[in-house]
Amino acid sequence: MDARAAAYAIGLGDDALVLGQRLTEWCGKAPFLEEDLALANTALDYIGRARFFYQAAGVNTGRSEDEIAFGRDAREFTNHLIYELPRGDFAFTMARQFLIDAFMVPFLDALSTSRDEQLAGIAAKAVKESRYHLRRSGDWMVRLGDGTDESRQRTIAALDTLAGYVDELFEMDSLEAELATDGIGVDRARLKDAWQRTVARVLEDATLPQLATGWNVSGGRRGIHTEHLGHMLSELQFVQRAYPGLQW
Amino acid sequence: MSKSRYMPLFEVFVRSKRGLDHKHVGSLHAEDAQQALEYARDVYTRRGEGASIWVVKSSDIVASQESEAQDFYDPMDDKPYRHATHYVLPREVDNM
Repeated sequence: MDARAAAYAIGLGDDALVLGQRLTEWCGKAPFLEEDLALANTALDYIGRARFFYQAAGVNTGRSEDEIAFGRDAREFTNHLIYELPRGDFAFTMARQFLIDAFMVPFLDALSTSRDEQLAGIAAKAVKESRYHLRRSGDWMVRLGDGTDESRQRTIAALDTLAGYVDELFEMDSLEAELATDGIGVDRARLKDAWQRTVARVLEDATLPQLATGWNVSGGRRGIHTEHLGHMLSELQFVQRAYPGLQW
Repeated sequence: MSKSRYMPLFEVFVRSKRGLDHKHVGSLHAEDAQQALEYARDVYTRRGEGASIWVVKSSDIVASQESEAQDFYDPMDDKPYRHATHYVLPREVDNM
Protein backbone atom coordinates (compact mmCIF):
# COMPACT_ATOMS: atom_id res chain seq x y z
CA MET A 1 0.00 0.00 0.00
CA ASP A 2 1.57 3.30 -1.08
CA ALA A 3 1.43 6.55 0.88
CA ARG A 4 -1.68 7.76 -0.89
CA ALA A 5 -3.62 4.59 -0.16
CA ALA A 6 -2.34 4.69 3.42
CA ALA A 7 -3.67 8.23 3.89
CA TYR A 8 -6.97 7.06 2.41
CA ALA A 9 -7.07 4.08 4.78
CA ILE A 10 -6.39 6.34 7.76
CA GLY A 11 -9.32 8.56 6.78
CA LEU A 12 -11.61 5.54 6.59
CA GLY A 13 -10.16 4.23 9.85
CA ASP A 14 -10.83 7.58 11.53
CA ASP A 15 -14.44 7.52 10.36
CA ALA A 16 -14.82 4.06 11.87
CA LEU A 17 -12.97 4.72 15.13
CA VAL A 18 -14.79 7.96 15.89
CA LEU A 19 -18.24 6.50 15.26
CA GLY A 20 -17.28 3.35 17.16
CA GLN A 21 -16.28 5.45 20.14
CA ARG A 22 -19.55 7.41 20.02
CA LEU A 23 -21.48 4.13 20.01
CA THR A 24 -19.54 2.73 22.96
CA GLU A 25 -20.75 5.71 24.97
CA TRP A 26 -24.11 3.94 25.13
CA CYS A 27 -22.61 0.90 26.81
CA GLY A 28 -24.57 0.39 30.02
CA LYS A 29 -26.84 3.36 29.25
CA ALA A 30 -29.04 2.18 26.39
CA PRO A 31 -32.84 2.16 26.86
CA PHE A 32 -32.90 -1.57 27.62
CA LEU A 33 -30.55 -4.52 27.87
CA GLU A 34 -31.08 -6.03 24.42
CA GLU A 35 -30.49 -2.70 22.71
CA ASP A 36 -27.44 -2.08 24.88
CA LEU A 37 -25.86 -5.27 23.55
CA ALA A 38 -26.88 -4.53 19.98
CA LEU A 39 -25.33 -1.04 20.12
CA ALA A 40 -22.17 -2.39 21.70
CA ASN A 41 -21.94 -4.99 18.93
CA THR A 42 -22.22 -2.28 16.31
CA ALA A 43 -19.55 -0.27 18.13
CA LEU A 44 -17.26 -3.30 18.09
CA ASP A 45 -17.84 -3.78 14.37
CA TYR A 46 -16.70 -0.20 13.77
CA ILE A 47 -13.70 -0.39 16.09
CA GLY A 48 -12.68 -3.64 14.41
CA ARG A 49 -12.92 -1.89 11.07
CA ALA A 50 -10.76 0.97 12.31
CA ARG A 51 -8.11 -1.53 13.39
CA PHE A 52 -8.01 -3.17 9.97
CA PHE A 53 -7.67 0.17 8.20
CA TYR A 54 -4.98 1.40 10.60
CA GLN A 55 -3.05 -1.87 10.38
CA ALA A 56 -3.13 -1.68 6.59
CA ALA A 57 -1.97 1.95 6.68
CA GLY A 58 0.69 1.30 9.31
CA VAL A 59 2.59 -1.36 7.40
CA ASN A 60 4.28 1.18 5.16
CA THR A 61 4.61 4.05 7.58
CA GLY A 62 5.94 1.86 10.38
CA ARG A 63 3.30 3.07 12.80
CA SER A 64 1.30 0.72 14.97
CA GLU A 65 -2.48 0.87 15.04
CA ASP A 66 -2.24 2.21 18.61
CA GLU A 67 0.06 5.04 17.58
CA ILE A 68 -2.31 6.02 14.80
CA ALA A 69 -5.40 5.87 17.03
CA PHE A 70 -3.98 7.36 20.21
CA GLY A 71 -1.03 9.45 19.11
CA ARG A 72 -2.65 12.09 16.92
CA ASP A 73 -4.43 15.30 17.85
CA ALA A 74 -7.79 16.41 16.54
CA ARG A 75 -6.29 18.37 13.65
CA GLU A 76 -4.63 15.19 12.39
CA PHE A 77 -7.86 13.21 12.45
CA THR A 78 -9.46 13.15 9.03
CA ASN A 79 -12.89 11.69 9.79
CA HIS A 80 -15.99 13.28 8.33
CA LEU A 81 -17.87 15.48 10.76
CA ILE A 82 -21.07 13.44 10.98
CA TYR A 83 -19.22 10.67 12.84
CA GLU A 84 -17.96 12.90 15.64
CA LEU A 85 -21.21 14.64 16.60
CA PRO A 86 -22.15 13.83 20.21
CA ARG A 87 -24.37 10.80 20.57
CA GLY A 88 -27.36 12.94 21.60
CA ASP A 89 -30.51 11.08 22.55
CA PHE A 90 -31.38 7.61 21.28
CA ALA A 91 -33.27 9.04 18.29
CA PHE A 92 -30.21 11.06 17.27
CA THR A 93 -27.89 8.08 17.57
CA MET A 94 -30.23 5.92 15.47
CA ALA A 95 -30.95 8.60 12.87
CA ARG A 96 -27.22 9.18 12.37
CA GLN A 97 -26.61 5.44 12.25
CA PHE A 98 -29.28 5.02 9.63
CA LEU A 99 -27.95 7.82 7.37
CA ILE A 100 -24.45 6.36 7.68
CA ASP A 101 -25.51 2.73 7.19
CA ALA A 102 -27.40 3.70 4.05
CA PHE A 103 -24.14 5.21 2.80
CA MET A 104 -21.82 2.46 4.04
CA VAL A 105 -23.53 -0.38 2.21
CA PRO A 106 -22.98 0.99 -1.33
CA PHE A 107 -19.63 2.52 -0.33
CA LEU A 108 -18.17 -0.72 1.00
CA ASP A 109 -19.70 -2.64 -1.86
CA ALA A 110 -17.78 -0.40 -4.25
CA LEU A 111 -14.59 -0.52 -2.16
CA SER A 112 -14.69 -4.32 -2.17
CA THR A 113 -13.76 -4.16 -5.87
CA SER A 114 -10.75 -1.92 -5.17
CA ARG A 115 -7.50 -2.78 -6.92
CA ASP A 116 -5.85 -2.59 -3.50
CA GLU A 117 -6.33 -6.09 -2.12
CA GLN A 118 -6.18 -5.05 1.52
CA LEU A 119 -8.83 -2.36 1.13
CA ALA A 120 -10.98 -4.72 -0.92
CA GLY A 121 -10.67 -7.42 1.73
CA ILE A 122 -11.61 -5.12 4.60
CA ALA A 123 -14.59 -3.79 2.66
CA ALA A 124 -15.84 -7.25 1.69
CA LYS A 125 -15.95 -8.26 5.33
CA ALA A 126 -17.37 -4.97 6.60
CA VAL A 127 -20.18 -4.70 4.07
CA LYS A 128 -21.84 -7.74 5.62
CA GLU A 129 -21.86 -6.01 8.98
CA SER A 130 -23.21 -2.83 7.46
CA ARG A 131 -26.07 -4.63 5.75
CA TYR A 132 -27.12 -5.90 9.13
CA HIS A 133 -26.64 -2.43 10.71
CA LEU A 134 -28.85 -0.92 8.02
CA ARG A 135 -31.58 -3.44 8.62
CA ARG A 136 -31.53 -2.57 12.32
CA SER A 137 -31.29 1.21 12.00
CA GLY A 138 -33.89 1.34 9.21
CA ASP A 139 -36.20 -0.69 11.43
CA TRP A 140 -35.64 1.78 14.26
CA MET A 141 -36.42 4.76 12.03
CA VAL A 142 -39.84 3.27 11.35
CA ARG A 143 -40.43 2.46 15.03
CA LEU A 144 -39.39 5.93 16.15
CA GLY A 145 -40.93 7.93 13.31
CA ASP A 146 -44.21 6.06 13.39
CA GLY A 147 -44.12 5.54 17.16
CA THR A 148 -45.18 7.98 19.85
CA ASP A 149 -45.43 11.77 19.51
CA GLU A 150 -42.26 12.15 21.48
CA SER A 151 -40.23 9.61 19.53
CA ARG A 152 -41.41 11.21 16.31
CA GLN A 153 -40.51 14.76 17.40
CA ARG A 154 -37.08 13.67 18.60
CA THR A 155 -36.38 11.83 15.35
CA ILE A 156 -37.44 14.80 13.24
CA ALA A 157 -35.21 17.08 15.32
CA ALA A 158 -32.29 14.66 14.89
CA LEU A 159 -32.74 14.49 11.11
CA ASP A 160 -32.88 18.31 10.98
CA THR A 161 -29.54 18.55 12.75
CA LEU A 162 -27.95 15.82 10.65
CA ALA A 163 -29.17 17.09 7.28
CA GLY A 164 -26.27 19.52 7.00
CA TYR A 165 -23.62 16.87 7.60
CA VAL A 166 -24.57 14.32 4.96
CA ASP A 167 -23.23 16.12 1.88
CA GLU A 168 -19.70 15.71 3.18
CA LEU A 169 -20.07 11.94 2.77
CA PHE A 170 -20.19 12.48 -1.00
CA GLU A 171 -17.38 15.03 -1.27
CA MET A 172 -14.25 14.09 -3.16
CA ASP A 173 -10.97 15.75 -2.29
CA SER A 174 -8.01 15.60 -4.67
CA LEU A 175 -6.55 12.49 -3.02
CA GLU A 176 -9.80 10.55 -3.23
CA ALA A 177 -10.39 11.69 -6.80
CA GLU A 178 -6.95 10.48 -7.78
CA LEU A 179 -7.42 7.12 -6.05
CA ALA A 180 -10.86 6.68 -7.60
CA THR A 181 -9.37 7.24 -11.06
CA ASP A 182 -6.75 4.60 -10.29
CA GLY A 183 -9.39 2.09 -9.24
CA ILE A 184 -8.19 2.06 -5.64
CA GLY A 185 -10.67 4.42 -4.00
CA VAL A 186 -14.41 4.89 -4.40
CA ASP A 187 -16.09 7.69 -6.32
CA ARG A 188 -18.40 8.87 -3.55
CA ALA A 189 -20.37 11.22 -5.75
CA ARG A 190 -21.68 8.24 -7.72
CA LEU A 191 -23.21 6.71 -4.60
CA LYS A 192 -25.52 9.58 -3.85
CA ASP A 193 -28.49 8.40 -5.94
CA ALA A 194 -28.55 4.98 -4.30
CA TRP A 195 -28.22 6.58 -0.89
CA GLN A 196 -31.03 9.03 -1.55
CA ARG A 197 -33.33 6.25 -2.70
CA THR A 198 -32.71 4.20 0.45
CA VAL A 199 -33.17 7.19 2.74
CA ALA A 200 -36.30 8.41 0.96
CA ARG A 201 -37.90 4.97 1.06
CA VAL A 202 -37.27 4.38 4.76
CA LEU A 203 -38.31 7.90 5.80
CA GLU A 204 -41.52 7.41 3.86
CA ASP A 205 -42.17 4.07 5.60
CA ALA A 206 -41.50 5.86 8.86
CA THR A 207 -44.00 8.61 7.96
CA LEU A 208 -41.17 11.09 8.52
CA PRO A 209 -40.53 14.24 6.47
CA GLN A 210 -37.75 13.95 3.90
CA LEU A 211 -34.31 15.36 4.73
CA ALA A 212 -34.09 19.12 4.45
CA THR A 213 -31.49 20.51 2.09
CA GLY A 214 -29.93 23.91 1.79
CA TRP A 215 -27.06 23.96 4.24
CA ASN A 216 -24.01 21.86 4.73
CA VAL A 217 -20.67 21.91 6.46
CA SER A 218 -17.47 20.04 5.71
CA GLY A 219 -13.82 20.01 6.58
CA GLY A 220 -13.21 16.69 8.30
CA ARG A 221 -10.82 15.32 5.69
CA ARG A 222 -8.73 18.50 6.07
CA GLY A 223 -8.65 18.16 9.85
CA ILE A 224 -11.11 21.00 10.43
CA HIS A 225 -13.49 19.60 13.04
CA THR A 226 -16.40 20.53 15.24
CA GLU A 227 -15.70 21.48 18.83
CA HIS A 228 -16.75 17.97 19.87
CA LEU A 229 -13.90 15.87 18.52
CA GLY A 230 -11.22 17.17 20.89
CA HIS A 231 -13.31 16.35 23.94
CA MET A 232 -14.01 12.89 22.62
CA LEU A 233 -10.33 12.25 21.92
CA SER A 234 -9.32 13.37 25.40
CA GLU A 235 -11.33 10.49 26.76
CA LEU A 236 -10.44 8.02 24.01
CA GLN A 237 -6.71 8.70 24.23
CA PHE A 238 -6.30 9.31 27.94
CA VAL A 239 -4.62 6.05 28.91
CA GLN A 240 -2.07 6.08 26.08
CA ARG A 241 -1.36 9.78 26.66
CA ALA A 242 -0.81 9.25 30.38
CA TYR A 243 1.13 5.99 30.01
CA PRO A 244 2.63 6.01 26.51
CA GLY A 245 3.12 2.56 25.04
CA LEU A 246 1.19 0.85 27.81
CA GLN A 247 0.25 -2.73 26.92
CA TRP A 248 -2.58 -4.70 28.44
CA MET B 1 -43.27 6.01 26.47
CA SER B 2 -45.98 7.55 28.60
CA LYS B 3 -46.62 4.44 30.64
CA SER B 4 -43.88 2.17 31.76
CA ARG B 5 -44.45 -1.40 30.65
CA TYR B 6 -42.43 -4.43 29.72
CA MET B 7 -42.13 -5.53 26.14
CA PRO B 8 -43.24 -9.12 25.49
CA LEU B 9 -40.86 -11.93 26.37
CA PHE B 10 -39.54 -14.23 23.64
CA GLU B 11 -37.76 -17.57 23.93
CA VAL B 12 -34.77 -17.99 21.65
CA PHE B 13 -33.66 -21.21 19.93
CA VAL B 14 -30.40 -21.35 18.00
CA ARG B 15 -29.10 -23.95 15.59
CA SER B 16 -25.37 -23.50 15.40
CA LYS B 17 -24.72 -25.96 12.58
CA ARG B 18 -26.68 -27.46 9.77
CA GLY B 19 -27.91 -30.89 10.79
CA LEU B 20 -28.07 -30.12 14.51
CA ASP B 21 -31.24 -29.34 16.42
CA HIS B 22 -32.34 -25.89 17.46
CA LYS B 23 -31.45 -25.53 21.15
CA HIS B 24 -33.07 -23.26 23.66
CA VAL B 25 -30.47 -20.65 24.61
CA GLY B 26 -32.44 -18.14 26.64
CA SER B 27 -35.00 -15.40 26.40
CA LEU B 28 -35.21 -11.68 25.69
CA HIS B 29 -37.66 -8.80 25.55
CA ALA B 30 -38.64 -7.26 22.22
CA GLU B 31 -41.48 -5.27 20.73
CA ASP B 32 -42.33 -7.92 18.13
CA ALA B 33 -41.03 -11.12 16.58
CA GLN B 34 -38.94 -9.36 13.95
CA GLN B 35 -37.13 -7.28 16.56
CA ALA B 36 -36.75 -10.34 18.76
CA LEU B 37 -34.98 -12.10 15.90
CA GLU B 38 -32.54 -9.20 15.50
CA TYR B 39 -31.81 -8.98 19.20
CA ALA B 40 -31.39 -12.75 19.36
CA ARG B 41 -28.61 -12.38 16.82
CA ASP B 42 -26.92 -9.72 18.96
CA VAL B 43 -27.52 -11.30 22.35
CA TYR B 44 -27.02 -14.99 21.65
CA THR B 45 -25.00 -15.51 18.47
CA ARG B 46 -22.48 -12.66 18.16
CA ARG B 47 -20.20 -13.89 15.40
CA GLY B 48 -21.87 -17.23 14.80
CA GLU B 49 -22.44 -17.01 11.08
CA GLY B 50 -24.65 -19.50 9.36
CA ALA B 51 -26.77 -19.96 12.46
CA SER B 52 -30.49 -20.40 12.24
CA ILE B 53 -32.57 -18.72 14.91
CA TRP B 54 -36.13 -19.32 16.03
CA VAL B 55 -37.97 -17.00 18.35
CA VAL B 56 -41.35 -17.65 19.87
CA LYS B 57 -43.42 -15.64 22.31
CA SER B 58 -42.97 -17.18 25.73
CA SER B 59 -46.70 -16.85 26.33
CA ASP B 60 -47.34 -19.12 23.34
CA ILE B 61 -45.47 -22.01 24.92
CA VAL B 62 -47.62 -24.56 26.70
CA ALA B 63 -45.56 -26.25 29.38
CA SER B 64 -46.17 -29.19 31.67
CA GLN B 65 -46.49 -28.24 35.31
CA GLU B 66 -44.14 -29.54 37.97
CA SER B 67 -47.04 -30.18 40.29
CA GLU B 68 -48.47 -32.59 37.74
CA ALA B 69 -45.21 -34.42 37.27
CA GLN B 70 -46.36 -37.42 39.27
CA ASP B 71 -49.40 -38.04 37.14
CA PHE B 72 -47.47 -37.28 34.01
CA TYR B 73 -44.41 -39.44 34.36
CA ASP B 74 -44.62 -41.82 37.33
CA PRO B 75 -47.01 -44.34 35.75
CA MET B 76 -44.23 -45.24 33.34
CA ASP B 77 -41.91 -46.39 36.10
CA ASP B 78 -43.68 -49.64 36.95
CA LYS B 79 -44.07 -50.79 33.38
CA PRO B 80 -40.53 -51.78 32.54
CA TYR B 81 -41.65 -53.40 29.29
CA ARG B 82 -42.18 -49.86 27.99
CA HIS B 83 -38.45 -49.34 28.02
CA ALA B 84 -36.21 -50.82 25.39
CA THR B 85 -33.77 -51.88 28.09
CA HIS B 86 -36.34 -54.35 29.41
CA TYR B 87 -35.71 -56.74 26.57
CA VAL B 88 -32.82 -59.10 26.37
CA LEU B 89 -30.97 -58.52 23.19
CA PRO B 90 -29.69 -61.27 20.96
CA ARG B 91 -25.95 -61.57 21.27
CA GLU B 92 -25.52 -60.44 17.66
CA VAL B 93 -27.04 -57.07 18.45
CA ASP B 94 -24.79 -56.70 21.51
CA ASN B 95 -25.43 -53.34 23.10
CA MET B 96 -27.97 -50.79 22.05
